[in-house]
Amino acid sequence: MDRVRFYQVGSFAVGNRLVSRDHRTVQSDTARANSLTSGHRACQGCGEALGARYALDAAMRASGGRMVAVNATGCLEVFSTPYPETSWQIAWFHSLFGNAPAVATGVAAALRAKGRDDVRVVAQAGDGGTVDIGFGCLSGMFERNDDVLFVCYDNEAYMNNGVQRSGATPPAARTATTEAVGDHPGNVFGQGKNLPELAVAHRIPYVATATVADLHDLEEKITRAMDIHGARYVHILVPCPLGWGSASQDTVRVARLATQSGLFPLFEAEHGDVVRTTPIRRPAPVGDYLRLQGRFRHLFDADGNPARPDVIAALQAMADRNIARYGLLEPAEPAEPAEPAEPAGHPGGGDGSS
Amino acid sequence: MLRQIEGSRAVAETVARCRPEVVCAYPISPQTHIIEALGEMVKSGALAPCEFVNVESEFAAMSVAIGASAAGARAFTATASQGLLFMMEAVYNASGLGLPIVMTLANRAVGAPINIWNDHSDAMAARDAGWVQLFAETIQEAADLHVQAFRLAEELSVPVMVCMDGFILTHATEQVDLPAADAVDAFLPAYEPRQVLDPDEPYSIGAMVGPEAFEEVRYLAHARQLAALERIPELAEEFAESFGRDSGGLVHPYRSADAEVVVVAMGSVLGTIKDVVDAQREAGHRIGALGITSFRPFPGDAVRNALAGAQRVVVVEKAFSVGFGGVLSTDVAMALSGLPVTLSTVVAGLGGRPITKSSLGNIFTAALRGEAERLTFLDLKTELVVRELERMSVRRRSGPTAENVLRDIGSVGSGIG
Amino acid sequence: MFEVRFHGRGGQGAVTAADLLALAAFIDGRCAQSFPSFGSERTGAPVVAYCRLAERAIRTREPVVEPDCVVVIDPTLVHQVDLFSGLAADGYVLINSSRRLGALGLGTLAERFRPERLLTVGATEVARRQLGRPLPNAALLGGLAALTAEVSLPAVSAAIRERFGRDGTLAERNVAAASEVFQQARLALTADGRAVLGAPAD
Repeated sequence: MDRVRFYQVGSFAVGNRLVSRDHRTVQSDTARANSLTSGHRACQGCGEALGARYALDAAMRASGGRMVAVNATGCLEVFSTPYPETSWQIAWFHSLFGNAPAVATGVAAALRAKGRDDVRVVAQAGDGGTVDIGFGCLSGMFERNDDVLFVCYDNEAYMNNGVQRSGATPPAARTATTEAVGDHPGNVFGQGKNLPELAVAHRIPYVATATVADLHDLEEKITRAMDIHGARYVHILVPCPLGWGSASQDTVRVARLATQSGLFPLFEAEHGDVVRTTPIRRPAPVGDYLRLQGRFRHLFDADGNPARPDVIAALQAMADRNIARYGLLEPAEPAEPAEPAEPAGHPGGGDGSS
Repeated sequence: MLRQIEGSRAVAETVARCRPEVVCAYPISPQTHIIEALGEMVKSGALAPCEFVNVESEFAAMSVAIGASAAGARAFTATASQGLLFMMEAVYNASGLGLPIVMTLANRAVGAPINIWNDHSDAMAARDAGWVQLFAETIQEAADLHVQAFRLAEELSVPVMVCMDGFILTHATEQVDLPAADAVDAFLPAYEPRQVLDPDEPYSIGAMVGPEAFEEVRYLAHARQLAALERIPELAEEFAESFGRDSGGLVHPYRSADAEVVVVAMGSVLGTIKDVVDAQREAGHRIGALGITSFRPFPGDAVRNALAGAQRVVVVEKAFSVGFGGVLSTDVAMALSGLPVTLSTVVAGLGGRPITKSSLGNIFTAALRGEAERLTFLDLKTELVVRELERMSVRRRSGPTAENVLRDIGSVGSGIG
Repeated sequence: MFEVRFHGRGGQGAVTAADLLALAAFIDGRCAQSFPSFGSERTGAPVVAYCRLAERAIRTREPVVEPDCVVVIDPTLVHQVDLFSGLAADGYVLINSSRRLGALGLGTLAERFRPERLLTVGATEVARRQLGRPLPNAALLGGLAALTAEVSLPAVSAAIRERFGRDGTLAERNVAAASEVFQQARLALTADGRAVLGAPAD
């Protein structure tokens, strides 16, 4: 008998009464912490605001509300704390741009010295504060295995500052410092840092990638991370309508296409080994992803046909490499038939995403 | 308890008695022995509860201290020279947020050219950061100032750096009366934060402040330092009552009451200066000294009062404002403005160049005669300077200056070339 | 005030020697100051360390430019560094070597200074025998005590014990080495105005 999947009870719906209570998302719970509450000044369709709310509410649930957040300078910090207001409902500290990991280490050390290690520490930063200016401190935090969960909201450029290129900017993407001009328009190939893989190389207890398109998956990963002590890293892809030139209503769609194309693989790693991956359920060519974003506009002509098929092919090759490396198109293991306890409509073993 | 002890060790043991809860630092000469000693005490359990964090840079060191202090822990770090500059963004951040971190600054020159020896250029680079800066004259004072520093910092919510001359005080041994643990406990109560990261009472710390309120927030930092001007002498007096000695305070006059010439300085050079003052007093000259202990906040009134009776003031300082003159001198001049006092600047001891009694004696004698220059670089080897300037005027591609000058010294020394 | 300048190379314990001397003087009830003058850590580089002894607190921080005593831990520094610069006419010289001053090329020292205040001792050989390692710094202090009488041997021993306190065996061996050098120096100083000591073989 073929395994039937009831996708309609997956994370397409934030709150779905067909799902058993303990499998519902934190976001569907009216008693959620609302760590980042309404009133912040994020752009319409901001992926980071979404990602931060998802991640922190899950962390608050997991820690029973006993949590402190350290936030690097960046979009999230700026739009969440327009003086004299704050939209944070948790204990929250704005560090500097490059030292969120180190400040979080200090908070964790203080809590430990005071015998309060029931209080957990979450540090968060954008890609700039993680991959570039924050990397030294992050690597130090990893190396010491400090008890901090570090969350990177990756919108692939210095968005708050005016969309300049970062070490996380993908090749061919237009930014203010990698304009779509010349023979190699946009960001060049052959540069860039893969922070999730660097985190894995540090052999810390837990590394995961996630996007705002897969709420269940994201919450599960944060919850799993909060269950572990030591240095943990979660890297969340958060589309930025402004910087990516995508429609504000397309944020979730674009994030989903990033994973379905293979450009942004979803995986978890523990102590240096990849232990779980999320297979691509509905493969999509990279073109579907690129077409939705103004930062890749120069790769297409006015009719939407490839104007730079060579670049698109190179990006497709990157995606294909990820797919091969992480086994993203391998068929998922069929579930054992004799599992009567599973409630009807359970989202399916191991496949926490849509 | 009296011990013959290395300066770094004295500081480490005193800091340990102050019960820091988080100690973090990145190694840099000449502060290393302080942090190593504290690390050992934490590891052996002698200092507990305390978390010792081996950080990956000085920027991380100050950042960890910031996080720890914001979470309500008594935090301590130490650095010098290049390390201070590497953490500078965080140094301003700490004082802007009002976090009572205490840091030992083992004064060392700032490069280029790289130099590991003592001068005050590092402290001067941070003088407007909003930290209290106290300069120790002796190892005893360096140790004692840390006790006062934690108390001052936590009372006023302002970070404090205790400056002690690198190598000269950090690596020297002298007789020190280490304060007893119970006496320190009596002087320094547990840290009660004004603001703290606490899930039970959550709030946001570190907001962006725009033009509508920035000046006021900064003025409040200024007010904290003005309050420090009051508290520093009070704490020194309380310290003297509890521990029986004179450490800290704003300024220390030495035989200056009736002096014609008063020599102003900070840190360990005051010891050498006092020996010269005594010798010249013996010869019948009316000369005295003024040690400035609190450099920030700058005790303008106390300096003015101490120097008002002098005719000539000689400021001997271990730093300078490139292209202009002294740094300490400028502050002293401002404090003396309007008074009929002539001020001379002597830049001395840069990069660890020894300041000898004989060289000081010559300067003071000139001052007594009214012949002191406005700005002197003590013991400058003019011929080396002239040779490099000549080299540069002859060729465009004259090469790196530092290497050229060093080669000159070598060739002069060995008689070659 | 009695000012001592130690000359050695990185790794030979010149700085420790100065600190030990200061500690010994403190134990003897005097005021003392010791401090190094060196560069970045590097084995073999010339190192200078200073020590001042006095009855009152010592305030000056300048290097010792006019020492009352020069201690040379590494004889290969002779002729490479101006070891005796500023030495008082009635100053003391203590050189760690089993060779005579003449053999070290320092025969003229006796003409510039007082011969009975110049001493060479084979402290490295003594250290090798007592400690099993050629670390002569503590042993040399025994010679210094005998030569200058500025510190007592009991104080030197107590200083060594306090400094190496954690390792009792190491402390006692260093004390033994210092005592041996002290005894030998004493003998030489009473026997001859200009004494040379040490094992025959270098």
